[in-house]
Amino acid sequence: MRTTIPIGPYHPLLEEPEFFKLVVEGETVVDMDVRIGWNHRGIEKIAEGKTYDQVIFLVERICGICSTSHPIANVLAQEDLAGAEVPERAQYIRSIVAELERLHSHLLWLGLAGHFIGYNTIFMWVWKYREPILDLFELITGNRNDYAMLRPGGVHRDIYKRDLPAIRKVMDELEPANEMLTKAILDDPVMGARLKGVGVLSKEDAIRYCVLGPTARASGVDIDVRRDEPYAAYDKVEWKVIVQEGGDVLAKAVVRLLENFESIKIIRQCVDRLEELPEGDIWSPIPQMPVGEGIGHEEAPRGECLHYIRSDGGNYPLRVKVRAPTYNNLPSFEASCIGETISDVALITAGIDPCYCCTERMAAVYDSSDKRLYDWQDLVRLSQEKTEKIRKELGR
Amino acid sequence: MGLKSWSLKRSPWIFHVCTGSCNNCDIELLDCLTPKFDVERFGILLVGSIRHADALIVTGAVTRQAAPKLKYLWEQMPKPGLVIALGACGCSGGIFRDSYNIIGPVDRIIPVDVYVPGCPPKPEAIISGIVKGLAKL
Amino acid sequence: MDVAKKIQSKFGKKVELAQRSPKRLYILVDKGDLPSVARYLFEELQARFCTASAVDTRGGIEILYHFFFDELSLMVSLRTLVPKPSPQIESIAPFLKGAEWIEREIADLFGVRFVGHPDPRRLILPDDWPEGEYPYLRRAD
Repeated sequence: MRTTIPIGPYHPLLEEPEFFKLVVEGETVVDMDVRIGWNHRGIEKIAEGKTYDQVIFLVERICGICSTSHPIANVLAQEDLAGAEVPERAQYIRSIVAELERLHSHLLWLGLAGHFIGYNTIFMWVWKYREPILDLFELITGNRNDYAMLRPGGVHRDIYKRDLPAIRKVMDELEPANEMLTKAILDDPVMGARLKGVGVLSKEDAIRYCVLGPTARASGVDIDVRRDEPYAAYDKVEWKVIVQEGGDVLAKAVVRLLENFESIKIIRQCVDRLEELPEGDIWSPIPQMPVGEGIGHEEAPRGECLHYIRSDGGNYPLRVKVRAPTYNNLPSFEASCIGETISDVALITAGIDPCYCCTERMAAVYDSSDKRLYDWQDLVRLSQEKTEKIRKELGR
Repeated sequence: MGLKSWSLKRSPWIFHVCTGSCNNCDIELLDCLTPKFDVERFGILLVGSIRHADALIVTGAVTRQAAPKLKYLWEQMPKPGLVIALGACGCSGGIFRDSYNIIGPVDRIIPVDVYVPGCPPKPEAIISGIVKGLAKL
Repeated sequence: MDVAKKIQSKFGKKVELAQRSPKRLYILVDKGDLPSVARYLFEELQARFCTASAVDTRGGIEILYHFFFDELSLMVSLRTLVPKPSPQIESIAPFLKGAEWIEREIADLFGVRFVGHPDPRRLILPDDWPEGEYPYLRRAD
């Protein structure tokens, strides 16, 4: 018997409220459909009425978690358009802010994933370790989120020498914590049984759906804009791209956990360089936007974030096109969810890390053929029960 | 003070709805529940249904799609109850005010008791907002 | 691999190349030839499809399809002009799954009809949005 299960439009895992329709036969998902647009704010249209400087503040508010990724992509597009150079110190500062953001975003994801499989301990733990990063942001940028650091041709605010020890200290504390989390997740047989082989996205599908970021790298697609088209200071520091072959939720978790180590490495090197470079040289102004167009893209925590800007030589952009990574990752559910059981859907959805936005709220829709109703909490409960079952079977 | 308001003040349960925000307020709200701030100590709990909630926290500048749903939620909320508009967008529409798809801010759709400004408000500000709202009852 | 040369020799006069910088290549194609060029880029040269962007200009709606070559760090943008009124172009979604959503979005916001799109429903505008109104078109004034 086929049952249709609506999820959304308001539910806790998605950056924007989205509406999923799952069609299940027994326990198995046989079809699904996604409807987005609940959070459509017309940002690209608003951007046409803002000056180039103001656009940065606007795109910062596309997504609160990627609030450095979008500005970086946007200033890269503007610099591509104007052919501008950025001072070296500003490059390092951009890298530091972007990597700190990646750390906090990956930790946030890990906590939520823990919650969805019923390990609330992980949720609370991880969010505890995330807190010092936000404090660090407050110290160096003045705000916990929405850092307002980027400006075309450089950055708004310098990171002063007196703040560098604080950054080092947080990194020194975070590294063992991340190590502990990595071990806790990879060595735990329950975790292995719960996450391995769930929601596999094959390499072919990853290429076909044009997925990005950790979702692609977990499926063996070796792409990372930080390496492929270096921006900020990524070509000046040592680091490597993490690629896994599994394509399942475990592989996605591994990619993110290992990327945290790389981020820590990058930040440490950037901090060392900042110590040597003279303070203050952080901005080279762009006097005039020429007529033309520019493309900027960068690696956000969730994947490549792309901005396209068209200019007619005036103060306002003619067109700003924004493509966030989840936009490409989301349709791939179709490939990874179909054939899985319904208790895994919450987890697979979590796997691509659509940024967290809206706490539980369900559409109460009755299906004519079957009066059974699930809501998002039910899905999470199903997922947690499955973990419990596996735990009992393994005798732990 | 009636019995209802008295009991409301003890451990307010909160329902959260995002009507087109950028996530920041939502994350900061969730942050209140995690070890550093841990508002569960005071009985403040995030619940999954508006029918169980004493306070409705609204983030975002209310998109065209979200407005009827927000109204519907408010109608279902047990009264008396608090409505808290969180963040610059919820209070005034913020940077998205002029968009074609925004019909907010929140107080254009439903009555609001407490405004917590900020982009995003810090967890301390959110807690303070809830407390002020409770004092108003 | 010299992408520009390969495309030029394959399509000859159908394409007009403009190399803005070492990392940005813009190719002007006729809208009828666009699917074949896009298919060549995606299937033969194995470029990654990033996204498409549309802009309303005087001559019509200009759509750019952005492809990225990760190994070469080269962004190739196919530019095509879709004349108004009632703009329409052949969809590339049948062979490029990743383009499905962005074409639906452009149809929503600019009113471009993508012929042969497997699933041409509304994507991001509300269901009660008035038919025939497209927020990103500029008023004729």
